[in-house]
Amino acid sequence: MQHLIILPILLPLFTGLAMLIKRDATMQPRRTIGLVSTALLVVISIALVVESSHGQISYYALGDWQPPFGIILMLDRLSALMVCLTSVLALGSLAYACAGDDKKGSNFHGLFQLQLMGINGAFLTGDMFNLFVFFEILLIASYSLLMHGGGKDRTQAGFHYVALNLAGSAMFLIALGVLYGTTGTLNMADMGQRVAELDPERQGLLKAGAFLLLVVFGLKSAILPLYFWLPRAYASAPAPVAALFAIMTKVGIYAILRVYTLIFGDSAGDLANFVQPWLWWFALATVALGGIGVLSARDLRTQVAYLILISVGTLLVGVSMDRVASLSALLYYMLHTTLVSGGLFLLADAIADQRGKAGARIVPGRGVTQPALLGLAYFVGAITVVGLPPLSGAIGKALLLNAAQPSEQPWLWSLLLLSSLAGLVAMGRSGSTIFWKAGKPDPEGPRLKPSMLAGLILLLGASPLLAIFAGPITEFTQASATQLLDPGAYTQAILAPTSGGDS
Amino acid sequence: MEALFATVTGFLAASGLYLALRGRTFPVVVGLTLLSYAVNLFLFSTGGLTTDGAAVIQDGKTHYADPLPQALVLTAIVIGFAMTAFSVILAMRVRGDQGSDQVNDQRGDEAREEKS
Repeated sequence: MQHLIILPILLPLFTGLAMLIKRDATMQPRRTIGLVSTALLVVISIALVVESSHGQISYYALGDWQPPFGIILMLDRLSALMVCLTSVLALGSLAYACAGDDKKGSNFHGLFQLQLMGINGAFLTGDMFNLFVFFEILLIASYSLLMHGGGKDRTQAGFHYVALNLAGSAMFLIALGVLYGTTGTLNMADMGQRVAELDPERQGLLKAGAFLLLVVFGLKSAILPLYFWLPRAYASAPAPVAALFAIMTKVGIYAILRVYTLIFGDSAGDLANFVQPWLWWFALATVALGGIGVLSARDLRTQVAYLILISVGTLLVGVSMDRVASLSALLYYMLHTTLVSGGLFLLADAIADQRGKAGARIVPGRGVTQPALLGLAYFVGAITVVGLPPLSGAIGKALLLNAAQPSEQPWLWSLLLLSSLAGLVAMGRSGSTIFWKAGKPDPEGPRLKPSMLAGLILLLGASPLLAIFAGPITEFTQASATQLLDPGAYTQAILAPTSGGDS
Repeated sequence: MEALFATVTGFLAASGLYLALRGRTFPVVVGLTLLSYAVNLFLFSTGGLTTDGAAVIQDGKTHYADPLPQALVLTAIVIGFAMTAFSVILAMRVRGDQGSDQVNDQRGDEAREEKS
């Protein structure tokens, strides 16, 4: 199956295009097509994970232009894992959207598929400029999805998001220009090789380009000085879109992980691993600020957005420690946090829906119509997102804490545990306000539709599953981390002329 | 030529950045557009500035221009156009929804404070 690598990009593209036909027709066929295609994507991505689990790095040369000259797609353990995570998250949020959120604006399903295409492309590409193009695809789809359904709040949050990301794209291009100008290539593996052989006089320029790239990826992943757009945008987005956006910050983290291990990793000579010390402090500050933000939130959705911020900080701390143990821990934590925070966005929307006027605000108000069901879901979500045992959050955080060296422990342990405490207090407070200080529920009120419940169970239920299958999953993440930290294997697999790549 | 090119690019970028930081949507959109022009010029120059160079390999030619930045800048221009069109429409939508063209609508913030 040599064409398997490109399927996660082509399938959503064609499905998205098919949605453009007869845009005013009834909703049902498009829902079916969207769900079937996303379920197929899950199957394909599992096949990719199985293929990559043998540890070989394969590539797909588009138009049969051999690397380093043409654009390639690259499949290793990390990218397979990310594509798989995206498709599962997408299936959950799409199922939730099919209960009626998709009808609130035009062409939800088409945009959703194109967004998936952009995300999968960004995870699979092995070319820097192609990464930019896929970033733009996922961004332009996300601009429209963010404003799906319209409304004052959304347009304003949307304008900020668009303006910031346009400025970010401009910086991305400048950074790419600098990298191309100094190394003369855009292929990631090739660039990694050229960086090591670079004339010392040009190193300053390259370093500037690399830092600029860090700023761009930092903006996407919402690291401390660049996170201000996130809480508002996520809190005002429609729930299924906010749930899908849980992966968007991880695209930035993936890009940081990829670029600063493959290009500026151990093999980069004088420039090896030069951003990690910077990242360490910014990531810790993000964790601390996320903890404060969680306590200050007055709306359940803003609270979940700040929980995402904590998870972004936690993940980047893992990146900056740059060891097999820390990278493996962060990959496990990434699976957990993406699915669970996506599920929490859906849950917050379901709660807001059933509480009538009080909405998602953390004030005493009308009770929810289905207190037992939503309460249980909230309980599971809250426990796992703040990292209490026995669910997956605790395992992820424990792995990361365990990966810290004695010199890093005082900072990491205190900040990470304190922010978890802040999350616990905040989630406990809002849970008791919403479920216990509630008045009489409206018996005629809206109830969860089956497809909403399916989406919720898929995303929140992933947490116990991740905990039960923690053994095989950590084995896989450990192998991915080992693979990532060996850039030589990538140059060998992609640039050595003897290795026959798929074309 | 390099000095002139660099000055023009830098001036465009500086004006773009200044306008992008203004408080109304129209200058912000114009600023982002200028910024993307500056970026396109910069990207074009990354292969080195050559005059009279051939972009495609031909017999008997020894003087070549780097063709890749030209392809890159073409892609960047197309994407930039789409984004500009989108942000113009969005700015009009903001004007319609908010009743003002302020990027940070103060009245909207107050209304939210009262609600919560």
